[in-house]
Amino acid sequence: MVSLHSRRRFLHQAGSALLLAAPGLVLARAATDRRFVFVLQRGAADGLDTLIPYADPGYARLRGALAVDVGAAPKLDGTFALHPALVEVARLHAAQQALFVHAVASPYRDRSHFDGQNVLESGGAAPYALKDGWLNRLVMQLPRQHGEAIAIAPTIPLALRGAADVATYAPTAPRQAPDEFLQRVQQLYADDAQLHALWASAMDARDMSAGPALRANPTELGQLAARFLSHPQGPRIAMLESNGWDTHSAQQQRMANQLKGLDALIAALRDGLGAAWGDTVVLVATEFGRTAAANGTGGTDHGTAAAALLVGGAVHGGRVLADWPGLGSGALYQGRDLQPTTELHALISAAAGECFGLEPAQLARALFPQLMISRPLGTLLHT
Amino acid sequence: MTAASDRHVTQIALNRFGLGVRPDEAVPGEPKAWLLAQFDRYVAAAPAWAGEPASAPLLAAYGEALRNLRQANAGNEQATRKQLAEQALERYRSAVNARLVSALTTPAPFVERLVHFWANHFAVSTDKNPLGILAGAFEAEAIRPHVLGRFEDMLLAVERHPAMLLYLDQARSTGPASALARRAAFANPQRPRGLNENLAREILELHTLGVRSGYDQSDVTELARALTGWSIGGLPGVPPAGAPGSFAFHPMMHEPGARTVLKTRYEPAGEAQAQAILHDLAVAPATAQHIAHKLARHFVADTPPPALVQRLADAFVHNRGDLPAVYRALIASPEAWSEQPPKFKTPWEWTVSLLRGLNRVETGGVLYAPVLTQLGQPVWRPGSPAGYDDVADSWAAPDSLMRRIEFAQRVGARAGDAIDARALGPQLVPTGLSEGTERALARADSAASALALLLVSPEFLRR
Repeated sequence: MVSLHSRRRFLHQAGSALLLAAPGLVLARAATDRRFVFVLQRGAADGLDTLIPYADPGYARLRGALAVDVGAAPKLDGTFALHPALVEVARLHAAQQALFVHAVASPYRDRSHFDGQNVLESGGAAPYALKDGWLNRLVMQLPRQHGEAIAIAPTIPLALRGAADVATYAPTAPRQAPDEFLQRVQQLYADDAQLHALWASAMDARDMSAGPALRANPTELGQLAARFLSHPQGPRIAMLESNGWDTHSAQQQRMANQLKGLDALIAALRDGLGAAWGDTVVLVATEFGRTAAANGTGGTDHGTAAAALLVGGAVHGGRVLADWPGLGSGALYQGRDLQPTTELHALISAAAGECFGLEPAQLARALFPQLMISRPLGTLLHT
Repeated sequence: MTAASDRHVTQIALNRFGLGVRPDEAVPGEPKAWLLAQFDRYVAAAPAWAGEPASAPLLAAYGEALRNLRQANAGNEQATRKQLAEQALERYRSAVNARLVSALTTPAPFVERLVHFWANHFAVSTDKNPLGILAGAFEAEAIRPHVLGRFEDMLLAVERHPAMLLYLDQARSTGPASALARRAAFANPQRPRGLNENLAREILELHTLGVRSGYDQSDVTELARALTGWSIGGLPGVPPAGAPGSFAFHPMMHEPGARTVLKTRYEPAGEAQAQAILHDLAVAPATAQHIAHKLARHFVADTPPPALVQRLADAFVHNRGDLPAVYRALIASPEAWSEQPPKFKTPWEWTVSLLRGLNRVETGGVLYAPVLTQLGQPVWRPGSPAGYDDVADSWAAPDSLMRRIEFAQRVGARAGDAIDARALGPQLVPTGLSEGTERALARADSAASALALLLVSPEFLRR
C-alpha cells in the first residue's frame, strides 16, 4: 500500500499541470468542525424490536413468541427498552449522547423497499419525484463545495447523488497500481469529462484512506469512516450503508445479529473519531418499519412507521422522542402497522440544521423542496 | 450505406447486443442477421454448464448435511459448519466460473446476454442461505431453458424453483385457515403458523406488473394466500410431499377458498390457483410495459425513448409474451442502432468483454467470483430481489473505476509483450479508437501498459 507520504510525493512529481487539470486533487479544508454521518439501514429495520415498547401490552400480544425478552434489556423510560444487543448504544444513552425517535416515517406509505428507499434518499414527495439526494443538497448548503462528503460504498448511493462532488471509497481495496501507470490513466481520461471527474475523486479518496486495506465488517467500516472524518482536510459528511434488515423469517436471531453489527459500527465511529466525536452527529434511519404483528414464518412483513436514532457527542441525548400512537388494534395504520406520528424529514432537517448552524425551517425547504413540516421538532443537539 | 455506418452497426451488434468482440471470430458481414441467427444457435444446456449439479440433489444433500449437523455432538459442530460453508463457497465459485466460460465460448452471445438480463430480473442473492449453492442451478434450470420461450413459462419456472421459494420465504408460508395452521395452533399456540407475503409482493412489484402499477395491499395478501402450499419436498417443518429438494405442493398448507387479485376471482383453491393468477399477470399490459422498459434500458439507453418502449410493449402484448418476438422488435427498432449515448459497462460486462477481447476460452485456474466481488459486482449477490441496477449512475463511480484500472494493470502485466494493444484496439472497437486513446497507447512505456490502458479506455468502458 502506498503511504500518504509517498502519494503526496507522487502528486508533487506529477507536477502543476496535473493539479491544474484536476481540481479534485486540491484538498480543501472544510469550513466547519461539525461532522454529520447518515447510516441507512436498507431493508426496513424493525423499530419495535430496536426500541421496544415493553410497557405497551400490544407488543407481547402481537409478537407472541417473537417478542424480545426485555428482562435483560436496558429500560430507557417507563415505556421503551433498548434491544439487549445494543450494548454500546446503551452506554451512549447513559452518557446522554443517544437520542431515540419512535413512530417515525418518510411520506411514503406503500411497502416497496425500492420505492421506500428512493423516497427516503431523494427526499421527494413520491418515488422518483426528485433525481438527486437530500444529503447532496446538504453538501450544497455548506460554505465550501469540495471534499466535504464521502460515501463509504463502491458506488454513490442516491442520497448523495447530485450537483455537489462526492467521493466514494469501498473498504475492500485490491492491490494498488503503480503511480506511473495511474499518471498515464490521468492522461487517457483528459478528454472524457465523466471519467476524468471519477478518476480525480478516486485519487483523492485513496490519499486520505492511507493505511492497511480493510474488510467490510461493521467495526472496520466504522473505523474507515472515522479515518476519513477525523482527517483535518477530510470530508465532513459521510454516508454508510447497512444491509440485511429485511427479516421476513428467523427475526429474533437476525435482529440480534444486525443490531450487534450496528452497535459495533457506532462504537468504532466513536472510538475512531476521538476528540472529533464531540462535534459529531450520527443519524441512523430506515425506509419504513415492519408489521406490528409477527407473520406466519417467525418474522415480520413490510410495514410503515419505524425507529430512528441520533448518536454523537453533539447530541443532546439520554431521551426518547415519541408521540406514541400505541399498538391497540384501533391504533394501527391500516390495521397492521405502527402509525407514523413523527416526520422523518422533520428529524433530518432539525438534526442537520442544528449540526451545521443552519436555520432548520430554511434548510428543510432546501433539502425537501416538495415537503412541508407539519410539526417541527424541539432542540436535538447541544448548540 | 457508408463504410463508417457499417462499422457503427457492427460495433453495436458485437458490443452492445453481444458480449464483446472476440478477435479470433470472424466479423459478421450482416450484423442484424447475425443477431437473429443466434436464436437457432443458442444451446440452453451449454457445455460449460455440463459439470454443474442440479438443484434437487444439491438441496437434498444440504438438508441431509443439516440433519447430520443437528445429530453431531457439540465437539464436531463447529468443524462441520465450517466444512459446510467451505463446500458452499466451492460450489458458488464453480458455478460462477461455469457462467463465465459459457459467456466466453457461446455461439450466441446476444442470447447469452439475455440470460444475464433475465437472471438479474428474477434475481436471487447468495447472501441468504442456501442460495450460495443454488444460484447457479437456478440460472441453469429456470432461466436458460426459457430465454427464447414465452415469458409465462419462465415466470412459472422461476416462482416454482426451490431457490426462489427459499429466497423469498415462500417455502414455509402457511394459509392461516389451512389444516396445518389449525393443527399448529392447537399443538403449540405460542408458535402459530401463517402467511409470509414476501414472494407475493415481489412477484407483483419486481417480476411482473411493476411497482405503482395499480395493485394494492389486498392484492399482495390475496396472492400470498393463493401461493400457500407452493413449497419444497423434504423441507424440515413442512409436511412430507414430493421428491426431496424439488418443488412440491403441500395441500395441508394451502389456504382454502377463492381468491381475488386485481378484481379477478380465482376458484377453486389448490395448486393451480396461483398458477392461474401468474398466467394472467404474465400477459397483463402493465407487465408488458415493465419488461419493455427494462429491455430498452438494457439495450438502448439509461433513459430509453418512450416510443421504443411502447413498440416493445406492443410486441409483447400482441404475441402473448413470446420473447423472441419482442427481441425481433428491438433489433428492428432504429433507436437501438443510435450511437449516442452509449451504455456504461457493469463490472460483469466489462470483465466478460475483457476476457473475450483476449480470446480466452477458459478461466486458466483463476477463480472469477472473488474478482467480480473486488470489482464491485459479486455474481448472484445483488443483496436485494430487485437485482443490480442497469444505469451508469450505479456503476460509474470513483472507487469502482479505480478497481478496474488496477485489475487491468495486473492483466497487462501478466500479458507482458504478448499482445500489441495498438493492433488489438481497432478490433475490439470496430468504430475505431479516439485520438486520445491512440495517443496514450502510442506513448505507453511498454506493451503491458498499453494493453492495460486499452482495457480501461473510455471506448472500452462503454458499450
